[in-house]
Amino acid sequence: MGRLATITRRTFLIGSAAIAGGIAFGIYKVKETPDNPLSNDLPEGAASFNPWVLINSEKVTLIVPHADKGQGVASAQAALIAEELDLDWDGFDISFGEPSAAYWNTAMAEEGVPFMATDVSGTAETLRSVMAGILKLMGLQGTGGSTSMPDSFDKLRRAGAVARETLKLAAANKTGIPVAELKTASGAVVLPDGATIAYTELAAQAAGIDAVDSVQLRDPSQWRLIGHAMPRLDMAAKSTGTLPYGIDLSVADMVHATVRYNPRQGGTMNSYDASTAEGMTGVKKVVAISNGVAVIASNTWYAIQAANAIEFDWGDAPYPAEQADHWKEIEASYTKERLDKQWRNDGDIDIAIAQSTVIAADYRSPYVAHQPLEPLNAIVKVTDNTVEVWSGHQLPRMLQQMVAAVTGHETQQVIFHNQYMGGSFGHRLEFEHVKQAAEIANQMRGTPVKMTYSREEDFAHDFPRHIAAAHGEGTVQDGKVVSMDLRIASVSPIGSQMGRAGISVPGPDPQIVAGAWNNPYAIPNFRMRAYRTPELAPVSSWRAVGANGAGFFFDSFLDELIHAAGADPMQERIRLMDHDVSRQVLEAVAQMSAWADKPAAGTAKGVAFVESFGVPAAAVVEVSQSDAGIRINNVWIACDVGTVVDPVNFENLVQGGVVWGLGHAMNCEITYSDGKAQQSNYHAHEGMRIYNCPKIMVKGLENGHKIRGIGEPPVPVTAPALANAIFALTGQRLRELPFNKHINFV
Amino acid sequence: MINLTVNGSAHSVDVSPEMPLLWVLRDELGMMGTKYGCGIAQCGACTVHLNGVAVRSCQMPVGGLDGTNITTIEGLGNPDAMHAVQAAWSEQQVAQCGYCQSGQIMQAASLLSQNPTPSDEQIDSAMAGNLCRCGTYPRIRAAIHAASDKLQEG
Repeated sequence: MGRLATITRRTFLIGSAAIAGGIAFGIYKVKETPDNPLSNDLPEGAASFNPWVLINSEKVTLIVPHADKGQGVASAQAALIAEELDLDWDGFDISFGEPSAAYWNTAMAEEGVPFMATDVSGTAETLRSVMAGILKLMGLQGTGGSTSMPDSFDKLRRAGAVARETLKLAAANKTGIPVAELKTASGAVVLPDGATIAYTELAAQAAGIDAVDSVQLRDPSQWRLIGHAMPRLDMAAKSTGTLPYGIDLSVADMVHATVRYNPRQGGTMNSYDASTAEGMTGVKKVVAISNGVAVIASNTWYAIQAANAIEFDWGDAPYPAEQADHWKEIEASYTKERLDKQWRNDGDIDIAIAQSTVIAADYRSPYVAHQPLEPLNAIVKVTDNTVEVWSGHQLPRMLQQMVAAVTGHETQQVIFHNQYMGGSFGHRLEFEHVKQAAEIANQMRGTPVKMTYSREEDFAHDFPRHIAAAHGEGTVQDGKVVSMDLRIASVSPIGSQMGRAGISVPGPDPQIVAGAWNNPYAIPNFRMRAYRTPELAPVSSWRAVGANGAGFFFDSFLDELIHAAGADPMQERIRLMDHDVSRQVLEAVAQMSAWADKPAAGTAKGVAFVESFGVPAAAVVEVSQSDAGIRINNVWIACDVGTVVDPVNFENLVQGGVVWGLGHAMNCEITYSDGKAQQSNYHAHEGMRIYNCPKIMVKGLENGHKIRGIGEPPVPVTAPALANAIFALTGQRLRELPFNKHINFV
Repeated sequence: MINLTVNGSAHSVDVSPEMPLLWVLRDELGMMGTKYGCGIAQCGACTVHLNGVAVRSCQMPVGGLDGTNITTIEGLGNPDAMHAVQAAWSEQQVAQCGYCQSGQIMQAASLLSQNPTPSDEQIDSAMAGNLCRCGTYPRIRAAIHAASDKLQEG
């Protein structure tokens, strides 16, 4: 196994300086991208290109531009480069990309434009490319929105091909043999007589020539890695407890800290009394930070114990103190004034509704916490000239700006070392914990501070998934669904999240209706309107974001209409589907689940379809009833991502998405009372445990014309499929998440 | 001073006797394989073996552990010499984020030492206290069966 610990920019540059020459390959040359992070401090005579591939006399290092939250992107992105560069799977090291505009995410534009993913018209594609250009100018380096593969699939393969062709040219120069007669294999250039020259031996030579820009990508039929199961590079370390996460790092002379700040999110601190805490074992000192207090100690446990002994007088929450008032505000939002956007208006919904018996229903989706198992943490060391930060984060460049604003340094003085994350689900898009660690360290310049949240503090300050509600009306005729009028009211997750980062996002928020407006059905009369409730409790992006609530609303209501029509839930969805790739995922789960067969006695199945981040996903859930409650026996799920990069990791991520979606649908919500989250640890926000876990059968389809990510799309389809299955079994229609408010699970 | 034997090595630590073993391992001895997840025995990420049996180290005040034998994930095996359970975890590609897996593996090793051929139901029962937020449960079950087979073959 290669060395997996993150190699910081400084260490690998010093490494390459110590040898005769080094080279970093990329798509663009240095002179075209002045912000190439590898061009800084490079030794005289060493060449550097926009860095995806770094080769020196000792080893090949592949730079992974995205953050690894557990989704396996470090392995998947390395595979894209290694595929074209002809590296063996154990023939390279990896390093996470440092904060740099060079690593801007080309794919985040997709969700930001008001076109359905199935719309590939000239207008839609043009606006997507305009939006991508804006993100490039911003240099938005981010991991999220299931964009890692869409962002990198072409550019990293191309980076590998550029490196390969340049190394061949270097070998040609060295040997006098024409490039056309050279091949590459196993990290070496192969000469016509079978002799090999390792890339590492060619590094110095390659550093002296211009990169070969004109390259041909391999035909998929030649792929050795892509499409095949690749043992993840982090697997042995994660199976032996030897992979260091941010929380595990240690810096010389480091102290430990934790914080307590106003659990009424965004509220101020009126006063505190730390007289008891200051005298407790292990405590070094107690310092005030923004809206709270930090305890610095010799051990994290001492810090947490002392923080619990501080008495606080907290200011009020800047939102309604009681949960019932949040719902009241949401459900009072179906007004002209709060109309965010009418996203669909097909046929004539008003006439359709007026002409027939109307079926109506209301739905709710609660606040839900992220709570990855590694609590939020950061190590920060501030000196007069630099700030060093060690943490796992999805937005490295914004993190630099946030930290610089806290400490008063220039952004480029902030050195960020990104880390493997113990999960995120959107939690590590936030900055509060890093800013707090920087505040503490800034008061103790020269001393590195590791700040760790207690689980309770993490729960109290989780910016949860947004609360949302929906009202649906529809009609059926002759055994068919003929009209649906769906209104969704919600706070804006993107507005709330970006607002905390000081960024105002103009226009409607697509995440209020994601998973509802974009499902490519042809319901003859279909209207879809979004209503924006002014911010209540601050909220954030939670794995799959809007499609969790909106997908649940849409598909559940469609299921109600289908049952009212007396149609088969699978066949009617297939009949209404107006997109071949999406119809094929429904047909796939119909076949996988033997939908057409009579269910076994005491069991029932429900189906759902939700498109999320451009991925059509269909799932069938099978449930049965026991004396103690509903048991989820089996789940069949099919998703189309265009190209499956690694079938094993794909299956693992889809199964995990099903567990995530079903677990939170079963039993998780955050509610506020006295302005504070009432759930403080996993006993009150449990998710799925192994004994709840069904058998999960996964199929990845590749009919779509664009490559898509799989981290989020399996999630939204699970809650409606479960609700629809429970209806089929019991006749009880569950319209409010989490379902354990109404039924028990075993 | 409190005397502990961790992975066969003797350690003396000068800490409050109420300090949970978890925080002695992590912040005093620098053994970071054992994870902090919840602090209240709800997640299992801190699972270690105490005299061979799986326990939650966040619930074990170190003052009561004088003279005991503690095994952590680092003592079970290492990347060059994996325990059968660790090897099965790696071969089955169980981990996603991996943060819970030290605890899962310690719990599974304890299960297999007491019940070498557990059924799915017995696995679910033994592993009930180990939370995996990424949802790797199907692979955890498969890896325990694979480790069981491996141990049976000797």
